[in-house]
Amino acid sequence: MSRIPRVACCLAALLAAPTLAADKVSDGVVKIGVLTDMTGYYSDLAGPGSVLAARMAIEDFGGKVLGKPVQLVSADHQLKADVASNTARKWFDQEQVDVIADLVSSSTAGAVMPVAAEKKRITLLSGPGTTAFTGEKCTAYNVHWTYNNWALANGTGREVVRQGGDTWYFVTADYIFGRSLEEDTTKVVKAAGGKVLGFARHPSPGTTDFSSYLLQAQSSGAKIVGLANAGADTVNCIKQANEFGVTPKQSLAGLLVFITDVHSLGLDTAKGMYLTTAFYWDMNDETRKWSERFFAKHKKMPTMVQAGVYSSVMHYLKAVQAAGTDDADAVMAKMKATPVNDFFAKNARIGPDGLLRHDMYLARVKAPGASKKPWDYYEIVKTIPAAEAFPTVEQQACPLAKSASPAVMKK
Amino acid sequence: MQALFGQLLVGLINGSFYALLSLGLAIIFGLLNVVNFAHGAQYMMGAFAAWMAATYLGVGYFWALLLVPAAMGLVGVAVERLLLRRLYGLDNLYGLLLTFGLTLIAEGLFHQAYGNSGSTYPVPAALRGGVNLGFMYLPLYRAWVVVVSVVVCAASWFVIERTKLGAYLRAGTENPRLLQAFGVNVPLMFTLTYGFGVALAAFAGVMAAPVYQVTPLMGSSVIMVVFAVVVIGGMGSIAGSIFTGIGIGLVEGLTRYLYPEASSVVVFVVMALVLLVRPAGLFGRQR
Repeated sequence: MSRIPRVACCLAALLAAPTLAADKVSDGVVKIGVLTDMTGYYSDLAGPGSVLAARMAIEDFGGKVLGKPVQLVSADHQLKADVASNTARKWFDQEQVDVIADLVSSSTAGAVMPVAAEKKRITLLSGPGTTAFTGEKCTAYNVHWTYNNWALANGTGREVVRQGGDTWYFVTADYIFGRSLEEDTTKVVKAAGGKVLGFARHPSPGTTDFSSYLLQAQSSGAKIVGLANAGADTVNCIKQANEFGVTPKQSLAGLLVFITDVHSLGLDTAKGMYLTTAFYWDMNDETRKWSERFFAKHKKMPTMVQAGVYSSVMHYLKAVQAAGTDDADAVMAKMKATPVNDFFAKNARIGPDGLLRHDMYLARVKAPGASKKPWDYYEIVKTIPAAEAFPTVEQQACPLAKSASPAVMKK
Repeated sequence: MQALFGQLLVGLINGSFYALLSLGLAIIFGLLNVVNFAHGAQYMMGAFAAWMAATYLGVGYFWALLLVPAAMGLVGVAVERLLLRRLYGLDNLYGLLLTFGLTLIAEGLFHQAYGNSGSTYPVPAALRGGVNLGFMYLPLYRAWVVVVSVVVCAASWFVIERTKLGAYLRAGTENPRLLQAFGVNVPLMFTLTYGFGVALAAFAGVMAAPVYQVTPLMGSSVIMVVFAVVVIGGMGSIAGSIFTGIGIGLVEGLTRYLYPEASSVVVFVVMALVLLVRPAGLFGRQR
């Protein structure tokens, strides 16, 4: 008689064990992985700067969460989808990585997101732009942090059309990111009453000579040549457009331009160009303070991707602290329930689709004479409020958001 | 039709770069039997050297066009003397591996120092602007690229095919031991040839600096095509590399007009077809 309760107790304890384990930190460590392009075409806009940003976030948080150490690992995905998904698998299966940040380039992010969802680990996208990551490709364990193509298309596209640039020709990077950016911008241009006259798609990465694509853009007679590419591709396009006399007869709209691109082009070549950004270092005391700390270590001002990595890792660590566990479901719920308030975003919320909706900024590149100090490159023309900057939950076709209960939606 | 002419002219311009680069590669392979994988990196270093000379020393474009190839040629001489020389007795795979390793080191160092967004080298003032040809706007600088590379290629061809020095070189390609037996200093010739090949790569780099963004990866994106050009032309054939370089540029231009998506693949399709029909390349001889 007396043995039965004891056995029952033991059984109960065994049954309860998984829940008890979930209440603390798995494997006694919270591991953050930064998977990025360390040496390739996007390594200046993300790369080592993203790793530094994550390290700064961990240090600022205190290096420990729930009494357990926070560790940082990083790897180079070489812009290859297979390398990215294999690294993610190895990190999840053998190295207890809890969360992967950055994932610059949509082809790598698209490869890692399903793996993370399958293993119930979190992805914090800062580098990639594809809008569908919180649309039809959304997962329950993903947050798209910094920008998406929809936001770029709306910010830059709408403003350019409003100023009279109503006929467009696209020079597009021929992979998921470029095509998605072209598609989003086409919608915006058409909705605003403009016309798209055509497009030329170039292999990426690996194209250095854009003259033949630019010639096609030139003979189309479009007022605006939209550059649906990124990094070195954009920089070479802008440079060669000047050379071939595309500008100033036609205007360029760089749909994704980073401050590192402007830095390497020089203001003389880039001046006057409109661009949409999630972050600029010289906006207020808070952004300046953080950026100058970053600059002291990196010798370059942060891009929006790098600032986004800091912000997303910090928000993740705060959510682990608040949830009392590093269990992905609990942390994700906490992340979505808590507004983001830091130098990067004010009162921004993560929707049920995983998209962080925050203010975006329309900027114009200064002329050399207007630049008063190093890295003084942008004039912020206007702030695009979060509600206008990003698509609504309804506009995104994320299956998760539709099935989400109203209670979750409210959070 | 206008678009076609435009694309063909652009093809001709790109073809001149290919010719300039594959020429150096062909000369090195012809005499040394070394597949110089570092050619792309040497081209990149030429562009960077021009940029550094302008930024830190205020050296202008035209001086850079003379000084940078000379300096890089000396670097080539050092590489040949210190490293490459030790591998002549071995399978030429070793030379390929060595130069590939040198490429990775050079790209890594420049990446570390300057990042991958690269830097902008301005078009020299004398060559700014352009001419409207009716079917396209031709920047003066691009026209300059075509003219200079044709001159350099023709001069190299002349030296190799029509002078005594060239005769030694060709004899060395054929049978280095016999040539040495005649009292010609073949090892010195090897060293200078490698130096000259590297100088040509650096020269192409300086030519490219005002056109392309100067980045550590600029060489690796062009070197694959250049290798294909050398293979199509016939490994080691001087005339083959020059004509094929220009020809491939034109084929690319034509493809960009007809079916742009295939423009990056067409080179390799041509290569496969040529190798099927003529395994030694268009101008090559079966050894």
